Amino acid sequence: MILLFLFFFTLGMSVLTALLRDEKIRGGVVIVGSIIMMVLDVLFCVWAYLNGVGDNKVLTFLPESGLTEKCTYVFMAGELFLFSLITVLSVKHGKYHCILLSAIGTIPVLWLDITHKAVENLPMLKVDDLTILMFMVVGIVGGLISIYAVGYLHDYHIHHKDVENRSQYFQALLFLFLTAMYGLITSDALSWMFFFWEITSTVSFLLIGYTKKSEAVTNSFRALWMNLLGGCGFMVAILYCALVMHIGSLTELVEAGPRKAGIVIPVVFLSLAAITKSAQMPFSRWLLGAMVAPTPSSALLHSATMVKAGVYLLIRISPLFAGNLGGIMITTIGGFTFFAASLLAISQSDGKKVLAYSTISNLGLITACAGVGQPAATWAAIMLLLFHAVSKSLMFLAVGAVENATGSRDVEDMHGMVVKFPKMAYVMTVGICGMFLAPFGMLVAKWAALKAYIDSNNVMLVMFLVFGSATTMFYWGKWLGKLYAVLHQSERHRDVVHKSEWQVMYCLTALIVSLCALFPMIGTVFVQPVLSQSFGQTVGTIISDNDIRVMLMMLIMIGLMPVLAAFLIRNRKEKMTMAYMAGVNAGDDRHFIDSLGGIRPSYLSNWYMEEWFGEKRILNPSLYLSATAVTVMMIVAVGGAL
Amino acid sequence: MKMSKSPWLLHYDASSCNGCDIEVLASTTPRYDVERFGVINTGNPKHADILVVTGGVNNQTKMVVKQLYSQMPDPKVVIAAGICACDGGIFKECYNVNGGVDTVIPVDIYVPGCAVRPEALIDGVVKAVKLLDEKREAMKNHASCEVHYGNTPAKEVKK
Amino acid sequence: MRMTVVLLSILIYLAAAPLVGLAFEGYDRVVSARMQNRKGPSFFQPLYDLLKLFQKQSIVVNRVQTALVIGFVIFTIFTGCIFFAGGDILLVFFAHSLADMFLILAAYSANSPYSSLGAQREFMQTMAYEPMTLLTAIGFYMTCGSFNVSDVIQQEVPAIVRAPGIFLGFCFTLLIIFRKSPFDLATSHHAHQEMVKGLTQDLAGNIYGLQELGELYASVQMLSVAGLFFICKNPLSYVVAVVAVIVIYFFILLADNIFPRVKWEVMLSSTWVVTFVFGGGNFLILTMLNIAGK
Repeated sequence: MILLFLFFFTLGMSVLTALLRDEKIRGGVVIVGSIIMMVLDVLFCVWAYLNGVGDNKVLTFLPESGLTEKCTYVFMAGELFLFSLITVLSVKHGKYHCILLSAIGTIPVLWLDITHKAVENLPMLKVDDLTILMFMVVGIVGGLISIYAVGYLHDYHIHHKDVENRSQYFQALLFLFLTAMYGLITSDALSWMFFFWEITSTVSFLLIGYTKKSEAVTNSFRALWMNLLGGCGFMVAILYCALVMHIGSLTELVEAGPRKAGIVIPVVFLSLAAITKSAQMPFSRWLLGAMVAPTPSSALLHSATMVKAGVYLLIRISPLFAGNLGGIMITTIGGFTFFAASLLAISQSDGKKVLAYSTISNLGLITACAGVGQPAATWAAIMLLLFHAVSKSLMFLAVGAVENATGSRDVEDMHGMVVKFPKMAYVMTVGICGMFLAPFGMLVAKWAALKAYIDSNNVMLVMFLVFGSATTMFYWGKWLGKLYAVLHQSERHRDVVHKSEWQVMYCLTALIVSLCALFPMIGTVFVQPVLSQSFGQTVGTIISDNDIRVMLMMLIMIGLMPVLAAFLIRNRKEKMTMAYMAGVNAGDDRHFIDSLGGIRPSYLSNWYMEEWFGEKRILNPSLYLSATAVTVMMIVAVGGAL
Repeated sequence: MKMSKSPWLLHYDASSCNGCDIEVLASTTPRYDVERFGVINTGNPKHADILVVTGGVNNQTKMVVKQLYSQMPDPKVVIAAGICACDGGIFKECYNVNGGVDTVIPVDIYVPGCAVRPEALIDGVVKAVKLLDEKREAMKNHASCEVHYGNTPAKEVKK
Repeated sequence: MRMTVVLLSILIYLAAAPLVGLAFEGYDRVVSARMQNRKGPSFFQPLYDLLKLFQKQSIVVNRVQTALVIGFVIFTIFTGCIFFAGGDILLVFFAHSLADMFLILAAYSANSPYSSLGAQREFMQTMAYEPMTLLTAIGFYMTCGSFNVSDVIQQEVPAIVRAPGIFLGFCFTLLIIFRKSPFDLATSHHAHQEMVKGLTQDLAGNIYGLQELGELYASVQMLSVAGLFFICKNPLSYVVAVVAVIVIYFFILLADNIFPRVKWEVMLSSTWVVTFVFGGGNFLILTMLNIAGK
């Protein structure tokens, strides 16, 4: 069984890295291990594909009930361990509310298992096309980031002498997380999924608190309580499913269909779990706080995979959103978050914060797509998930590398990167363009989302989308612009970025470009079957062949641009002058001569429009608004169903 | 097509008492309407064909005049508008005044007056326009643009 | 047959767009002058300006600039080709913003205060008008069931009949797209701007000419979108569209001359309000009609 092997291999890697003290050996082991993991991952996908997953088949695993039972005991022990770990740490830092939330989430599920009230004899694991896609994302992006983490942590501890070097712990957690993620995306039984869900919450909590600084501790507990609250929602859904509806797995839940009486209750509570995990408003603040963690964890957990678990769950249950209050709740929250977070991103200059807000914003879009409950919208959601995972992890890694190389991750300090650090500027260009520009991935998916919204007659979502995509363009565009300021006579940054980090970033860059070229194929081969399984119907063409051809042409043109431009300007006779500074340019475009004849530096800042879109002005109102919306809609939905 | 059909102006006040400046601006108003001849006041040396300087050049504005002139693409014409710009005028003897604009950059057209009248200025522009065509011809024949990369260090500019 | 028509219209666009653009600019210069109670330049002035720019020496701040401006021109023309080949309107707007990105990057690369501020404002403007342009595309989709220009022109009834609000909203954004009313916009052809020449500050000589040429293509394409609102199956509707575009342009000039001191704050909020009220309202009604129709 490749799957089990993959699972235990990753877990074993986690233990192994935790045991290896020597940094060099550990680094080598991590790199080799990650590569093996990626290979296994791809092998597994190929194997699953060969076994018929591609042809609308689903592979389910029903281990003999003895094994299932043993697993259940292991999981129960695991849950107890997590609970006690959270209790110990919460007591240590005096955050008692987390104990309560953890207890509420854990105890009922344990009770369910012990009293054998849980629905048994289910296929516990399931592999379909969506699982394969997620395997690709988790395995490849996760493996690459683990490799990147080796070099990154080495530099990180050179720059941050005040932080205790616990990199073996960090890497062990990364692998533990990957194990949990593999578990999460293969489990079909709700209780199993819940277990992995709680592991990811806890690992994220531990990673945020990595530096042990007071800010990090505060933020980690904020992340913890929000995620535990989501866990509680998950628990309620499990209880209701098991006790009232006698449903124990996602597949059964989806098969029950949106019309079944009372189904809205588990749907709403699962959505609550999903929006906390995916940091939708009003739970968005934990993801911003999570940016204190070292970059690899931000890239892996807080943009590419863990936060995707929430939207993954939503995509799984999206057929249940058609025409009920759960769907309305999710689309409202998602659409609103997409717009509000993109406004907030405009006012940020810290690179990682921009990325965090952008992540929240894009997750909002995916959430909204899943909430529509129509095949075309879900198609867009899956595409968005895929493109976002790749582009955003690249951006995080690039910002992390810049921070290690230049000592700052502020967008303002990336001024003139194209001259000072050209390789990095090009890598970032691909990452940024991948997030919002025409022939690249995210825009294609957004386009599909727009069509799906229009066809489902959802006026509100369309409005959120058109305004949100305009603001998205602003904050990405000005970042891109910063990189392209040409500063004459400037020194190059010393390239201290490790070779392994470069290779990871190049891989991701290549991945973005190839995804853009290959997306029609991915759509038909992987996404279409998922939709026909869960919705029982096929989607028509989302983006017509003509448009795809035009976009491929654009992609090729952009690729050829540098060559063409070089050719066209090769023999041009041009006179070079200074930039215009009202005639008082001091000669280097960076200083001017003041009225007393002194030389002063000029500083070109980007616009942040604080008084329009600043956190002070927008954050709290939007949190209150969304909190009210969530509460009211949950009460109405649950009340209506009861 | 002659360049003379579209002369774009850049107006710089080197140390004028503002008398000439007002007249320069007056000629762009509807009353005189120099846009009849395609003249536009660009405010940007990089788009301008004609540099109109008012007032004599002093120590502080010397560098600015030079810099603006260097940022204009060829062919270009310089008009010294008003007597101060022509030779320093009544400020000529001042301790900080260099003299006319021609002490710093080559001047093509001198338009005297205190202050310079819009009619005289328009006449100057019409002359400048003819010169533009001639310079363009000359440029074609000696098609050599100076190629110069990188910038000058701050100290040299200040001189 | 269809292929020939497509190729023909692209060729006509490539050849005629600069001329049509110049004609509209000439019209602009003459009419604006009359509104300001002066004689103004000849109708052919924009042509003289453009030809002059190509005769001038090229001055650059760096060589990246030239490359990016060339990119801008190529992608602008490409955008227009998509439109005139009967392609997807949404894609046209997406490609348009890609082209615009090249121009903005060219301004950023100059690393000068005015260019840089101009670039920021250009972004801000784009942010202001993009919701409305997307809604325009959606409006066409709602009225004829397809995003393709080739389908829109085959309609029985022109789009304006069912989407007047969206049309008004789009005309409002044309003021910004043509760099007209708000005086502190990125760049404007008039003396009344704040950022000297903003975005185009550090483009000079024939490179500036190239940029102007690109702008001509872009403006023709935007005017065509406005005209598309009037086009239906009936061949006469093309005449109506041309007249309508001329009238729209007149009103743009009128607005520009009445509100020469509008600032960007007003522009941003008013555009979004107009988008929301006119665009969103019209879209809501169209959706209702669609639901009722089913």
